[in-house]
Amino acid sequence: MSDAPVIPRPEPQYATAEQQAETASFGMWVFLATEVLFFGGMLLAYTWLRATYPDGVAEAGRHTKIVIGSVNTLVLLTSSFTMAWAVHAAEHGRRKALTRLLAVTAFLGLLFLGLKGYEYHKEWTEHLVPGLNFHEDSVHAQTIELFYFLYFLLTGIHGIHVTIGIGLIAVMAVRARRGAFNSHYYTPVEVTGLYWHFVDIVWIFLYPLIYLVGRSGP
Amino acid sequence: MTTATVTGKSDEPVVATKNYLTEEGVTLRSWLLTKDHKRIAILYTLSITFFFFVGGLAATLIRLNLVTPAGIFTPDIYNRLFTLHGIVMVWFFLIPSIPNTMGNFLIPLMIGAKDLAFPRLNLLSWYLYVGAGFLALFAILIGGVDTGWTFYTPFSSLYSNGYVVLALAAVFAVGFSSILTGLNFIVTTHRMRAPGMTWYRLPVFVWSNYATSVIMVLATPVLAITLMLVAVERLLRVGIFDPALGGDPLLFQHLFWFYSHPAVYIMILPGFGVISEIVPCFARKPLFGYKFVVWSSITIAIVGFFVWAHHMFVAGISLYAGLVFSLLSYVIAVPSAIKVFNWTATLHKGWISFDAPMLYALGFIGLFTIGGLTGLFVANLAFDVHVTDTYFVVAHFHYIMVGGMVSAYFGGLHYWWPKVTGRLYPEWWARIAALLIFFGFNLTFFPQFILGYLGMERRYYSYPPEFQVWNIFSSAGASVLAIGYALPFFYLGWSLFRGKRAGSNPWAATGLEWQTSSPPPAHNFDKTPTVTRPPYQYRPEPEPQDV
Amino acid sequence: MGSMQLLPPTASAHAADMDWLFAALVGTSAFILLLVFGLMILFCVRYRKSSKVERGDRLGRTWRVETAWTVATFVAFLGLYFWGADLYVGIHSPPKDATDIYVVGKQWMWKIEHPGGQREIDTLHVPVGKPVRLVLTSQDVIHDFAIPAFRVRQDALPGRYETLWFTPTKVGEYRLFCAELCGTWHARMGGSVVVMEPSDFQRWLDSQDPGPSLAQEGEALFRSYGCSGCHGTASTVHAPKLEGLFSRPVPLQDGRTVVADDRYIRDSILKPKSEIAAGYPPVMPSFAGQIGEDDLLKLVAYIKSLADRTAENSQTGRKAGSAERPTQ
Repeated sequence: MSDAPVIPRPEPQYATAEQQAETASFGMWVFLATEVLFFGGMLLAYTWLRATYPDGVAEAGRHTKIVIGSVNTLVLLTSSFTMAWAVHAAEHGRRKALTRLLAVTAFLGLLFLGLKGYEYHKEWTEHLVPGLNFHEDSVHAQTIELFYFLYFLLTGIHGIHVTIGIGLIAVMAVRARRGAFNSHYYTPVEVTGLYWHFVDIVWIFLYPLIYLVGRSGP
Repeated sequence: MTTATVTGKSDEPVVATKNYLTEEGVTLRSWLLTKDHKRIAILYTLSITFFFFVGGLAATLIRLNLVTPAGIFTPDIYNRLFTLHGIVMVWFFLIPSIPNTMGNFLIPLMIGAKDLAFPRLNLLSWYLYVGAGFLALFAILIGGVDTGWTFYTPFSSLYSNGYVVLALAAVFAVGFSSILTGLNFIVTTHRMRAPGMTWYRLPVFVWSNYATSVIMVLATPVLAITLMLVAVERLLRVGIFDPALGGDPLLFQHLFWFYSHPAVYIMILPGFGVISEIVPCFARKPLFGYKFVVWSSITIAIVGFFVWAHHMFVAGISLYAGLVFSLLSYVIAVPSAIKVFNWTATLHKGWISFDAPMLYALGFIGLFTIGGLTGLFVANLAFDVHVTDTYFVVAHFHYIMVGGMVSAYFGGLHYWWPKVTGRLYPEWWARIAALLIFFGFNLTFFPQFILGYLGMERRYYSYPPEFQVWNIFSSAGASVLAIGYALPFFYLGWSLFRGKRAGSNPWAATGLEWQTSSPPPAHNFDKTPTVTRPPYQYRPEPEPQDV
Repeated sequence: MGSMQLLPPTASAHAADMDWLFAALVGTSAFILLLVFGLMILFCVRYRKSSKVERGDRLGRTWRVETAWTVATFVAFLGLYFWGADLYVGIHSPPKDATDIYVVGKQWMWKIEHPGGQREIDTLHVPVGKPVRLVLTSQDVIHDFAIPAFRVRQDALPGRYETLWFTPTKVGEYRLFCAELCGTWHARMGGSVVVMEPSDFQRWLDSQDPGPSLAQEGEALFRSYGCSGCHGTASTVHAPKLEGLFSRPVPLQDGRTVVADDRYIRDSILKPKSEIAAGYPPVMPSFAGQIGEDDLLKLVAYIKSLADRTAENSQTGRKAGSAERPTQ
């Protein structure tokens, strides 16, 4: 790591490497704005459901697996921490630490997905999957089905985002190991970090909406 | 930028030896894998022209069917025709029309950049567009869709017997194409401007594409998720839009129009940009009230997000919602009116010449004014209760979308044709086409206002006989319009091979895009330009080059 | 047939008001249009390139001009807005004495039921000069009940009631359309609205073999679905009494108060847990999916017919019930 910092030449449309770096992270911010609205549509549907059938949503919320959900929240928050740490390591050119922290972040992401998969499995065995095997005797059955419809949609799309994030982080980890980044050039790590924190923040919204609302009442 | 008002009497200009059309090679592969924004713009132009003719063919058949009250086609075919027309024209022509062709080509040139910020993303966006286009065509060929482009539930989710899911997937995919384009434009405008190109020195074309991009990035994802919900509801029979399942069909309409009303501004704002370039150039005067024009675009983009429920005045929304949304719709009419006044004032004390781009621009102002004024009618609560879902609404939005946007598209196409191809188009043919389009358009769509007030409903394959006279007028106009739209296809094609060489600045226009050669080199500028003055510094003299 | 018709027939009080609004809109637009077109043509001719006219002293002070025309257009627009909004509030405020007629849309017909039990399809008979309120719903997709001669229309949505009212002013036969795309035969889903002199209308009603009135049928359903087991006067279950309920405010358990209108009755049958009357246990089962739109309308009509009764006289009312026409 004592060798002179290698800064890749900027792509031809940019004047300088700084311009390229700034542009990349600005691009990610704009992309995240799109993402907010993408989830926003589903959250509006959720809000409508809860406003229309408060009791049904509360009952449905009590069917959710709060232990898995809470553990997963912890896992994802930790991964955000390790991601932030990784960016910090990149900033200071600590290659080994960067590689390891990215690996840990990716592993935590995988753990999240694994737990989520287990949760889906339990829900399948409890006949909570709308359209495929839903069965429920409660007077609120219809609302519970709609709640789970939105639940699978929200968590499913969030899961896809997590999967993409893990892929990106894995690529970053391999590149970091090969010494692609140094304290002058680590934009890809930074941008990946932005994306990962966003995925995390979405979960911060989903967690209370899915797991806590049903349990908040008497 | 004064150098732009070029030395008038130069020799026959020669085509630049190094230009984007040949520099990277001329193989198909070099085009399909290109990252050059200008080449991608050409790819887009070819593909949206194809879809324009597909949608136009459907429109022709629709007008043919409506010549007689009994109709010619079966209702199932007719329903598929107008659905095809709507989906293709909205998502595969109007939304990408100006941004993805001229925007792609010109934004980097206008701001003095070598390319868009993310060239690979730009190419990906084109592939998404083409893939989505094929998916839509496939859905049409194997049986079509009969829901209308609005996909209202529960008809689309449970009752329609068309290939709704395929069509939804196509629109979903093309939505991401426009998100990526919007993202690229926003970032480019922020980060790629040449030294000295401050925000208030940007041409209005860049500003209006910027405003468009903001809407694309913020509204399109809502459409995507809404269509996905409909598709899942159709496939799994569980969803939040069907009342039989506990859902609410109005929720769909709210979500759909939350995108589709701002989408109207996606379709018209770039047109404002084109007109704001053409009018000063042919009036040889700076644009009147530059900052007002700019900020009215931004205002429209923002307020456009808060007027969606004016599509739902009879759909079952509450009285108070109606009152609020109508008021906001009147508010958004003000910035549009400001633009019209500013273009008109730009003509005042100018040195006006009437080349084809200017004819299109004047046609645009006229048709857009009528379209905008009838917007006041349909934004009016009580009036809308009578005409919503009638031909009045159909005429209104065609005045905006076709009379406005398509005129702007053709105006821009002629204006920048010399820059893009290095050749001049035949002026007289172009003027004839512009006039044919203007008169054909009015003959087609003005009778539809009357039909609408009489109560002729839209999406009817057959209608009561008392409406026939006006329908015949409309169909007659449509055939004039069809000729008007077909003409440029031929003479522009001809000019590619036989047109006079254009030189770098045939209109003696200001603006960075005219400072580089025609066609521009692959890297746009030999030396990154430095900007020192605001845009539209037009002077009455010298005489523009011979045209 | 092919006359150059310019205006639809004007056959309701609202239609006449609407035509004035239309005239105002056309007038304002024509003024702006002439202004813009006039100036454009004037400038294009006067300041064409070859013209030698004096061009010095251009408009300066852009912002003054801009502010002037911005404010002017905004004020003009506001005027139009309030006019339209006023009429819109009017068409959303049916008079108390309006006759209720029930309309169910289904692919591809309008089923219409008069309060006296007369039924018709795709044709609506109404008396001239009397306000009529339509209660609209749909059995499948969204439809829209549109009568251009009255300048009114309203979507008919599955799963809820929407209303539409008008007072016909001219005897005659007018077009009725479906205005919301509803499938293959959308264009054929319509018919006519026949406005008659009140005496002719009464004769028409009498000639229609009314059968039992809507409310009477509703009363039979009230028993067969078992509603009377809890809500009947003789019942000992602690359930809200329905006599005198309709169109009165109902305090709810969550503190809100709603008016017991068609929507409330309907929702209480299909989604009884959504708005629980204060002081009653939420024990009523949902009838969603068990009662069709036709039967629901009859039940609503029956409960509406109880509006003027008190719990005491409904005993006698029920005995004499079969002879009795519903109120209104």
